[in-house]
Amino acid sequence: MSLLPLVSHPSPDSIIAWRAEGAVTLRQFLAEVRQLAALLPAGGHLLNMCSDRYRFSVGLAAAIVAGKVSLLPPTPTPEVVRQVQAFAPDVFCLTDSDLRPVDLPQLQYPAMAIGRAGSIAIPQIDSSQRVAVVFTSGSTGVPQPHPKAWGALVACVQAEALHLELLRNTPSTIIGTVPPQHMYGFESTVLMAWHSGNALSHAQPFYPADIRAALAAVPPPRVLVSSPVHLRALLDAGLALPEIARVVSATAPLSAQLAQEIEAQCHTELMEIYGSTETGQIASRRSTQTAQWTLFPGVKLSVEGDSVRACGGHIESTITMNDVIEPVAVGHFLLHGRIADLVNIAGKRHSLASLDHLLNSIPGVVDGAFYMPDESGDARVTRLAACVVAPGMDAPRLLAALREHVDPVFLPRPLLLVDALPRNHTGKLPRAALQALFRTRGARNSA
Amino acid sequence: MQINQNPTASSTAELQREVAALMVECLNLEISADQIAVDAPLYGEGLGLDSIDVLEVALEVSKRYGLQLQSDSEDNKTIFGSLRSLSDHIAAQRTR
Repeated sequence: MSLLPLVSHPSPDSIIAWRAEGAVTLRQFLAEVRQLAALLPAGGHLLNMCSDRYRFSVGLAAAIVAGKVSLLPPTPTPEVVRQVQAFAPDVFCLTDSDLRPVDLPQLQYPAMAIGRAGSIAIPQIDSSQRVAVVFTSGSTGVPQPHPKAWGALVACVQAEALHLELLRNTPSTIIGTVPPQHMYGFESTVLMAWHSGNALSHAQPFYPADIRAALAAVPPPRVLVSSPVHLRALLDAGLALPEIARVVSATAPLSAQLAQEIEAQCHTELMEIYGSTETGQIASRRSTQTAQWTLFPGVKLSVEGDSVRACGGHIESTITMNDVIEPVAVGHFLLHGRIADLVNIAGKRHSLASLDHLLNSIPGVVDGAFYMPDESGDARVTRLAACVVAPGMDAPRLLAALREHVDPVFLPRPLLLVDALPRNHTGKLPRAALQALFRTRGARNSA
Repeated sequence: MQINQNPTASSTAELQREVAALMVECLNLEISADQIAVDAPLYGEGLGLDSIDVLEVALEVSKRYGLQLQSDSEDNKTIFGSLRSLSDHIAAQRTR
């Protein structure tokens, strides 16, 4: 049995978080973790819905110390909560909201007693302890569980901190716009802070002005962990921002242009992270300098026919990746979109993500996506559709530009010009939203 | 510096129409501005806006009315509760 500490901060006075009231030391954090752990009910599984990132981190730590498993479903809709309860009937919810967020037994985040120092020993956790189960939405509508062991999570975020150059003598503060309940925010805003000696900001900023306020509330150096959607809004708002040492982006690919704008306007370095729920994060790149991703230490890719598998490093068992990955050198690869996105029209195959990339590379296109409608069932070939945000452009010009790159079978019909794509809060384009868009717009256009 | 801030201001019907038109234009809604009921919810089952829509509208509102929306209180959902609440917030906080 090998043991790994809960956090890696060197001194009881190390700052582990910033709240509205000020800095939280490791000493205070450990005292609050002990208080909360003593209050946890008997159930072995926890749905941690705290919206304050510091409280989330105390809830996670208390659960780990008490040997309980934190469940992280994609979105706690009533149906998903029922499915999570079917997976773990003893699940209870930890919440810091006065509202009753879900239909589960619940524990209100307590008011903490202050000034009780107690032990400053950092709890040591068995690296094989299952501390979390992350769920993916699953192609059939039933969430798929992915268990996470402590040792693998720690190894992953240690590698991330190394790649992001955050293992410095001067600790940074990590400000996240992404929720800690999703894999990316879980790893990059909570676990990485714990295992790189850095501090996390309690804030969960939403509007650009919130992001500015959350940045200004903590001392430099600051690290902003975000997504393309939030970064785009932040740039568009044109606010004067405090100094940001590093910006981290994940969840969806960032265009080279947006990456350059972020670095120029924020006087910062932008790093993109690549990973999956199954593997955790496995690679990073400095997007303004290279299209190539660099794998985390020990992680290896192997090509097996049409698919690519990842293993080694922190990855617990070999995982077949859902992306079109082209290894280009030892430790490096290029990403060409998701395998699930492959379309086959009249025998010709193309990756939807690479079509999206082509579309978004056309000068004047702000955002755009292809969409493959469901097969109609009759003998007619189903055609791709696309929706595009391109102020000042018209469909014939866009089609002419696309025609230069792709076989005519891949040209979209219809091509809808829209003011924005129906992206969700993580920046992804749900198929259902595209379906709805084309259903309403298609009917209108043909009427 | 706080300019023209009037926390008790309520919005006029004219401002509400203006904000409705802003939302329709900014979000490319498939309805006309006068189809947005003043007190119908904007989130979820009403107009069906999501958080990305809210970000888009917030950006337009900040450009047109010179105010920055912030969610440091519990106001976030309240402000975007309805066309009336959003318009009232703009009436109270606008600087132009």
